[in-house]
Amino acid sequence: MKKMLSNPALWRGVVSIAVFLILWEIGARSRQWMAPEFFAPFRELLGAIGLKKDYLPWIGAVPAPSVVLASWIAVLVDRSYWQSWYMSLFRVMAGFLAAMLIGIPFGLMLAVSRVTHGIGFPVFEVLRPIPPLAWVPASIIFWPTQETAIAFITFLGAFYTIVINVLGGARSIDVRYFQAARSMGSSRWDIFRRVILPGTLPSIVVGSAVGMGITWEVVVAAEMISGGGSQIGGTRGGGLGFFIWNSYVGGSYEQIVIGMISIGIAGFASSELLRWGGRYATPWLKAR
Amino acid sequence: MAESKVALKIIPGELAVQGVSKSYGATRFRKEVVHDCSFTIERAKLTVMVGPSGCGKSTLIRLLAGFEQPSAGRISLDGAPITGPDRDRLVLFQETALFPWMTTWDNILYGPRARGELTRDALELGEFLLAKVGLQDFRDKYPGQLSGGMQRRAELARAMINNPKVMILDEPFRGLDAMTKELMWEYYSRLYEENRRTNFFVTTDIDEAVFLADRVLVMSNIPTQVRAVIDVDLPRPRKLSDLVESDRANDIKKQALSILHAEAMRSFSRGSKAAADFVEAYLKRASRA
Repeated sequence: MKKMLSNPALWRGVVSIAVFLILWEIGARSRQWMAPEFFAPFRELLGAIGLKKDYLPWIGAVPAPSVVLASWIAVLVDRSYWQSWYMSLFRVMAGFLAAMLIGIPFGLMLAVSRVTHGIGFPVFEVLRPIPPLAWVPASIIFWPTQETAIAFITFLGAFYTIVINVLGGARSIDVRYFQAARSMGSSRWDIFRRVILPGTLPSIVVGSAVGMGITWEVVVAAEMISGGGSQIGGTRGGGLGFFIWNSYVGGSYEQIVIGMISIGIAGFASSELLRWGGRYATPWLKAR
Repeated sequence: MAESKVALKIIPGELAVQGVSKSYGATRFRKEVVHDCSFTIERAKLTVMVGPSGCGKSTLIRLLAGFEQPSAGRISLDGAPITGPDRDRLVLFQETALFPWMTTWDNILYGPRARGELTRDALELGEFLLAKVGLQDFRDKYPGQLSGGMQRRAELARAMINNPKVMILDEPFRGLDAMTKELMWEYYSRLYEENRRTNFFVTTDIDEAVFLADRVLVMSNIPTQVRAVIDVDLPRPRKLSDLVESDRANDIKKQALSILHAEAMRSFSRGSKAAADFVEAYLKRASRA
């Protein structure tokens, strides 16, 4: 603990967040001491160069962190807020785990077998540039429930990244390792198990961490667009994305910010968890 | 006692290369890297191949190891043609090919484990070799935690546990600093003198070649052929300090160097008229002096 407190990296992090919050507080409170007329000259300037006069953003329109915090404390005891967490987390995990379970073997097969690569890769490459959000209407039609539709979209978000990383990682294993293994009498299965798999593991970790981030981006957007399955549960809440959207519709601006920060925390925590697991799985990488 | 047990198992082989050629590329742009090359890697001897860099030595190694097949000619081990990679011909590569995800100990045991021969004897031999290369304290370290010299020693142990008939080493000490390199020469030389396996060692360094070799093959430029075979009749065990003062060693070095020099010049000037003119003028002046 003492060691942690003397860690300069920790203090830099604290300072960084503190400065951010202070600037935000000052900016948000500018509404109180800064009259809207203050910006009149800028508006005139915008008008002069041919733009609409109200194009100017102002941080004063955003609720201050102190207000958000107060509102957050109230929300903490609200079950529907936690239900939103749970819904989003559940969808992310479902999509992400499915992406790992299907993506890792698929990527390895593309790397190992020329036939699989020849058959599977062209289709994969055509589907890959389609953004997961473009799949929203199609998957709502295709999947029987809204829940599976959203999970499918989060799955897509992580799937392509994981497959591409696994494929690239397995392909970039040095040919000398295969030559050495073959010389020493390794069978194909033995080479797969003891050379290809551990050789790809670092790429699997990286692909998963990146994929996890994309999953959070996608789940929120999917919830906003699809209504978050709120019609099923009503008050049960439809995930953090829907929480934000609902707050916007209801005019509760503090809760928009609460939702945003919640997603930030959730994404950070899950990526950190993955990185931690990754370090545990690849002990030879830190040993340098 | 462990030593005698290990030593007993060694069966040195003899590799014969007969009229081997190797070309790469499509028919129209075919480039011949090795042309009608013949030599023998004699049984229980340390044969060193020296040649200018980029002369196709690594190609020959891939052929000897069985990673690739020759376009023409025949390579055989004790009379049997080579069809693919096998534990009887193991290669130590230029940079380390230790598996980064395995500890030293697991790396050494790779071969026996791969063949399902992880017996008590194999484990004992592993312990013996780990001690032999002086890495007992680094048994559970990953290759990334070892120094360059340690990595090469671990790799020697990983190869020796498979008891190959021929050990093939492709510039194994390249990239080590001068001190470590010389230590590795003496270490490797002692290892060879103890075991008398058939060893084939490839290098661009003449000092290294003369210090280590029983026989030196001096290679030509692409397409690769043997220019000269020099028997190095220096007494064993060898020490680096003895060799510096040895006239015989210096004679051999000069002999090899003069052949190599001409080859290196030719490769330097290939494809450039200006460089070719320079080399011609240089050679004229050299012969006058």
